[in-house]
Amino acid sequence: MAQVSVSFTVNGREVTATVDPRTLLVHFLREELKLTGTHVGCDTSQCGACTVHLDGRPAKSCALLAVQLEGCAITTIEGVAGADGMHPMQSAFKEHHGLQCGFCTPGMVMMGIDIASRHDAPSEETIRSELEGNLCRCTGYHNIVRSIAAGAQSMRG
Amino acid sequence: MYPFTYHRPDSLDEARARLAASEDGRPLAGGMSLMPTMRFRLASCADLVDLNAIEELAGIERRNGQIRIGAMTRHAAVAASPEVGEAIPALAALAASIGDVQVRNRGTIGGSICFADPAADYPAGVLGLGATVNTDRRAVAADDFFTGLYETALEDGELVTSVDFPIPERAGWAKLGNQASRFAVVAVMVSLAGGAARVAVTGARTHVFRAAEMEAALAANFAAEALDGIAMPSEGLNEDLHADRDYRAHLVGVMAKRAVRDALAR
Repeated sequence: MAQVSVSFTVNGREVTATVDPRTLLVHFLREELKLTGTHVGCDTSQCGACTVHLDGRPAKSCALLAVQLEGCAITTIEGVAGADGMHPMQSAFKEHHGLQCGFCTPGMVMMGIDIASRHDAPSEETIRSELEGNLCRCTGYHNIVRSIAAGAQSMRG
Repeated sequence: MYPFTYHRPDSLDEARARLAASEDGRPLAGGMSLMPTMRFRLASCADLVDLNAIEELAGIERRNGQIRIGAMTRHAAVAASPEVGEAIPALAALAASIGDVQVRNRGTIGGSICFADPAADYPAGVLGLGATVNTDRRAVAADDFFTGLYETALEDGELVTSVDFPIPERAGWAKLGNQASRFAVVAVMVSLAGGAARVAVTGARTHVFRAAEMEAALAANFAAEALDGIAMPSEGLNEDLHADRDYRAHLVGVMAKRAVRDALAR
């Protein structure tokens, strides 16, 4: 099948590639760009470990084709830290022990940043409801919820 | 995933031409169902026609006493729309109850009703509100659109362009979502317009259906109590590891009452 050329930005950097149309974004990120922070957790589009931001909004990169992203801006977990260190949401996960094995964490942090950007001081109930699309098999979610609440607070400054 | 040729038209005319020229073409909307299905190799096509660059297919407007939602309008846009929230808040609530945040950012109303999953939410909204589905060829009444398990009245290559929702006097939405997938185990949209009631049930059979006995009772008295004593026969209802058919039959009554209470509270 015809290879397709596609150009988009990943973490602010221009990327142009020729890909097999059936390449999923998550595989393109991991295998072509070597950005392996975005994880494949379930392969059924349920777990949210592959969550990235597509034009600023969270999306599951296992349900998108790389060729669909012409002209789009993608942010992955590798792109959230600033020059002065971790993103406040990452720091909050560290501070509040919002992870155990860490596999779901990239998706959780990407979702947490989005929750904080859309809700002013999100309640526990709001955070739990907004995390519907992100599964964790270790923590029981308590510390993830705490981390996102704290991260949202520090993002507001 | 089986290989395919990818097309990204930026107009409806070009999309129609691409589909017409292909012996095995398939349109791609939000991809929240089609992508996983293709990935499992349960679906495949020679030509995948991506509708995401066609701007004329997305948008929400209120006109002629109706809300028109473009086929490629995302669930998140419907959930957050001031026009929908003001005119048919139950429809905004339905959109907000679909899947999860990530799915609502990508999934579309056109994709949902064309895929016609037996547990999808939008079919109940479209049927329960008596909407009209506009395609590139004709207008199809909701009552004629959903025809079976993953089946609709659409012909080969026919594309849904928008859905027109008449604005009801009252409408309510109630859903028992599967704890893992958030697909409806059973969900119900009720509406009241011009003295006629509609009760549309999704998740319970091969495809969305109306509950006639409940509609008659609600037309006479639009109150949850009006549904007392109306039993949904369990014969022919879906049965799976989440709910057997007797439980689903019970849930139809419970969700219908909750939907009526929801309608009365809005």
